[in-house]
This record gives sequence, C-alpha cells and structure tokens, in this order.
Amino acid sequence: MTSPSSGEAVAKPPSGGLGWLLEQRVLLSIAVLAVLPWLLPSQALAVNVLIYGVVVMGYNLLFGYTGLLSFGQAAFFGAGAYFTGIAIGRYGVPWFAAVPVAVLLSTCLAAAIGIVSTRTRGIYFSMVTLALAQLVYYVALQASSFTGGENGLRGFTVDRISLFGFPVNFLDPVNKYYVLMAFAALTMWFQSRILNSPFGAVIEAIRENEQRARACGYDVERSKLIVFMLSGAISSLGGCMLALHLSIVPLDILHYQTSGMIVMMVLLGGTRSFFGPFVGAASFLILEDVISLWTPHWQIFVGAIFVLFVLFLPKGIWGTLLDALGIGKARP
Amino acid sequence: MDLSLIIMQLLSGIALGAVLVITALGLTIVFGMLGVVNFAHGALFMIGAYAGLYLASLTGSFWWGLLLAPVLIGAFGMLIEFVLIRRLYGRSIDDPLLLTFGLSYILVEGVRIVFGSDGIPFPTPSQLIGVLDLGIGFFPRYRLFVIALVAVVLLVLWLTLEKTRIGLIVRAGARDPTIMQVLGVDISRVWLAIFGLGVGLAALGGVLAGPMRSVNPEMGSLVLAEAFVVTVIGGLGSIVGAVVAGLMVGISISLVALFAPEMATIVMFALMAIVLLIRPQGLFGVRGRTA
Repeated sequence: MTSPSSGEAVAKPPSGGLGWLLEQRVLLSIAVLAVLPWLLPSQALAVNVLIYGVVVMGYNLLFGYTGLLSFGQAAFFGAGAYFTGIAIGRYGVPWFAAVPVAVLLSTCLAAAIGIVSTRTRGIYFSMVTLALAQLVYYVALQASSFTGGENGLRGFTVDRISLFGFPVNFLDPVNKYYVLMAFAALTMWFQSRILNSPFGAVIEAIRENEQRARACGYDVERSKLIVFMLSGAISSLGGCMLALHLSIVPLDILHYQTSGMIVMMVLLGGTRSFFGPFVGAASFLILEDVISLWTPHWQIFVGAIFVLFVLFLPKGIWGTLLDALGIGKARP
Repeated sequence: MDLSLIIMQLLSGIALGAVLVITALGLTIVFGMLGVVNFAHGALFMIGAYAGLYLASLTGSFWWGLLLAPVLIGAFGMLIEFVLIRRLYGRSIDDPLLLTFGLSYILVEGVRIVFGSDGIPFPTPSQLIGVLDLGIGFFPRYRLFVIALVAVVLLVLWLTLEKTRIGLIVRAGARDPTIMQVLGVDISRVWLAIFGLGVGLAALGGVLAGPMRSVNPEMGSLVLAEAFVVTVIGGLGSIVGAVVAGLMVGISISLVALFAPEMATIVMFALMAIVLLIRPQGLFGVRGRTA
C-alpha cells in the first residue's frame, strides 16, 4: 500500500493558514461544542450529541484509526452507564467519584472482552465482539436485582450537584450541557494526545499493514488490546454522561442495535477524522429527529441512507468535506 | 435426575441445534465462497418465517409455505447480490458487512410496516401436532420432523457439493476464482447462486423455527448472534464445523436449561469464549483463513 505513512504526518504537521488552524483541533472542536446548543433546534439534542459524540469518538479510535471493526461497543457504553447508576443509587457514591469508578470497571470489562476478541482477526473479530457484547446484554438482563433487568436501571437521580463547592442545577439544560461538555473536552484532549503519541503512529501502522507493523518489531497483539481498552474507556465515559443526564439506564443501551448505531454514526461522520464522530452523531440524531416527525418508521430511511453512504460516500460527511478542501490527507 | 428426562432434553437440543445448523450453514457457505459476512442473515431468517406464514395461510397448507418461502426469499437474496453486494467485491472486507447491516434495518422496518410490530402465532401443521411415544418418553412430532428434514437437506447439500459437477465448480471457485474464469466458467453467476442458496437456507431456518418460536420482527437479532456463535465455534467457512457446532450449541442450551434455566442464553457465549481461547480459528477452521 502506498498511502502516506502516518508517522510522517505526526512528525511534519502541515504549515500554512488552514494547516495551522487544524493543528488546534482540540481547541477548535471545543469552540464548536461551546456554541452547539445555539446551533441545534433543541438543547436536549445538543446534550445527546455530546454524549454520543464521546461514545463514537472512543469507537473511532478502534475502527477509524486502528481498523478494527468491532460490533460490540455498546457493551462499554452500557457498562459505563450501569456502573455509574449502580454506584450512585445502590452504594450512595457521590457522582464525581462514581464516574471514575465506572470508567475503571468498564475498562476492566474491555480488557476481558479484548483478551478474547483480539486473538481473532478480520471479520472474525466483528462477529466475536458482537457475540461477547450480547453476552453482556444477557448478563444484565438476568442479574435483574442489580440492573433492573428488562425495566432498566432506576432509583438514582442526579438533579443537584456540587461542583467545587458551587451548586449546579442539573435540571437546567444549559447548566447540564456545560458540565457534560467538560467531559467531552477532556476526552478530546486525551484522544488527541494518544493520536499524536508514538502509540498513535503504531495503531495507524497496524491499520495500514498489520504484517509490516509486526515486521517492524511492534507488538501488534498488545497494541490491539491496549487500544481496545482505551476505546472502551472513552466510550464508557459517554455511558457515565448518559446516566447523569437521564437518571435511568435503559436495557436497550446494551443491545447490539446500539453498537450498530455507533458504527452508523462514525460512518456518517467520517472514520479517519478527529471531529468526524461529532458530525456523525449530530447528523444521525438530527436525521432521527426530523424523519420521526413525519413517520414512525424512521429506521427504514436511516438504513437506506446508511447503505447509500457505504456504496457512494465511504469517507462520510466530514471526511469527504475535508478531502474536498484538500486537507484530508494532511491531517488524517 | 431421571435418565429418560435427560435423553428427551438431548433430543430437544438436537431439534434446536438443527435449526441453528441450517441457519449458520447459509452464513458460512456465503462467507466461504464469497468472503462476505451477511449481517442481514438474521433479518432474512425473520422474513423467511413471515413468508412461510403468509404463504401457508394463502394456500391453506403449511407444506406450500415450507417449500415456496425458501425459494422466493432465495430469489430475493439473488436480487440483493445483483443490485448491492456485487458492487463491493474487491473493496475492503468491511464494506459488505456494513452494507448488509444497513440492509437489515430496511428489512426489519419493512416487515413492521407490512405486518405490524406484534408477534404472530405460527400454527404447527395439523399432521405434526401432538407427541410421539418413543418408549422412554413422549416427544413432539414437529421437532422430530425438523430433525429429519434438516438431515435430508444436509445430505442433499453434501452430495451436491461433493459428487456433482456443479459442486466441483463451486469448490474450485472458492479456491481460485481467476482460474475458473480462465477455464470459461462465469464465476459471477456462481456467486449469484451461492448467495441465493445462503439466503434460502436462512429462510428455511425461519420457516422451521416458526412453530417453535413466536414470529415477530425482532426474532432475527437473536438468531444472528446465535448463527455468529455457531460459525465462530465451527470455523468460518467450514460446513462440517457449522453442523458440529450447531448441534453442540443446541444441546448445551437444552441441557443447561434443565439444570440452570437462567444460564441457558449465556452458555453458548461462554462456549464460544472457551473455544476461541484454545483455537482462535474455530474447531474446523483453517488458520489464516480469516485474515
């Protein structure tokens, strides 16, 4: 394969006006998120874009940057939400402690699933991640004394939280949005650091040519496991945000349809771009909103649009736009 | 625990496994020959069940439904290959998977529009109602019929693939499509037929499962996960693997249900995890095939 090596892109950032601007991808992305509630038709939609943006961002690390098509990301999204809810509701843990605990536990789950699934390759990997994520779904369904089973997790509320001594009213959507935005900003900074690190270059090398990466002396299996855990950790943070936002956790969050939705979002946005996941989450949610206004069968349109994207626009909205502006290659 | 009870449960497991075998076989044949993982396989299984039900009520006989539904849905599968899948040969191996996933959304929602979201009961054909005395216990006639029919279908498939000229072309085409083209075989027609066969088997699985499960638009999603587990355990692309793993999964679900009902849905996933830790390529898979 003759595509430009990713290591080079890290070492030599593009210079010039637009290139310099894109160097600041974290700040730029945060700036967009800061005004998002005023760009979208409703603030509830903006909160959802934040949550799913973080989940899809974590997934993009695995699929877009490492080339591993997992169909089990819902397991970590759901685990983050369930662990947060259980910690707050059952054990009375304050919310700011519940979130890191939930992320840590979800990362352990990602390690367990990763150890089994990263032993397989290609399409096998997709099937195994889907099956193991369904296992998590059925475990949550059966362990109803902990998870509420089919009814979902209830009995915890986060309406008034204290932030460094300042009370924040979580019932106010704008307050809630900016608290949750801090999580999204942290995720962006963290992910940008990973991608700019030598490890980021290794995972992109694995995507481009696994055998060559192995020949270069990189431990491909261990890198895959680490990226699987990082990806699970970030997506589970999105789950924590959902639990704080909704004060309930529906069982559906663990179903493989949710994994599929995450895959759809990343493909709509663009898999190899930094901001693509947020574009994808936003376009999916807006699409769902608009179409469900005039038909309850919105899924048929979502499916059709997805098929058309696979056939004709595999780089997604954001990726295609970056390509058209001639900056897609410089900053993958 | 009574021994005859265990034998009865074992037989139930084989009946359950037989439906799994037929369904997973469609998935594994299409992957083995075309290199396509059909994510819409579960949805097509579900459509098969609906088609069987509809045709049975239209003609007044279950047997017409059983015969026509796999043929019609198989033809529909060929249309899908011709219009959509064909464009993706030569592109990334992920693309057909993603496309068929999107397709499953369209199919499931389409069925909801036509038949509604509620489950529909699928009556057992009148000739097969009731139980048969096996000497050690009573077993539903319908389930015995499923086991027998699947055995016949497997035998016919095996004979076709191993003993006929068509089977020779198909097997050679899976190994090296380019050489087959050089030899004057229109390989795209072989692929069209194989995809139709895979979808037809999914539909057959759906019709057979109809009287054993409730028929609803979501029934395909569990089946897809089950079919994946079976193909992963057996080895992707391996026909023998699909048969052995399907029966293994069916029997384990059935026996575990006897002792710990709440573990029944979980046991197959545990089985898969264990097999993967020992043999990542599956029981009958070839190492390196999945790269």
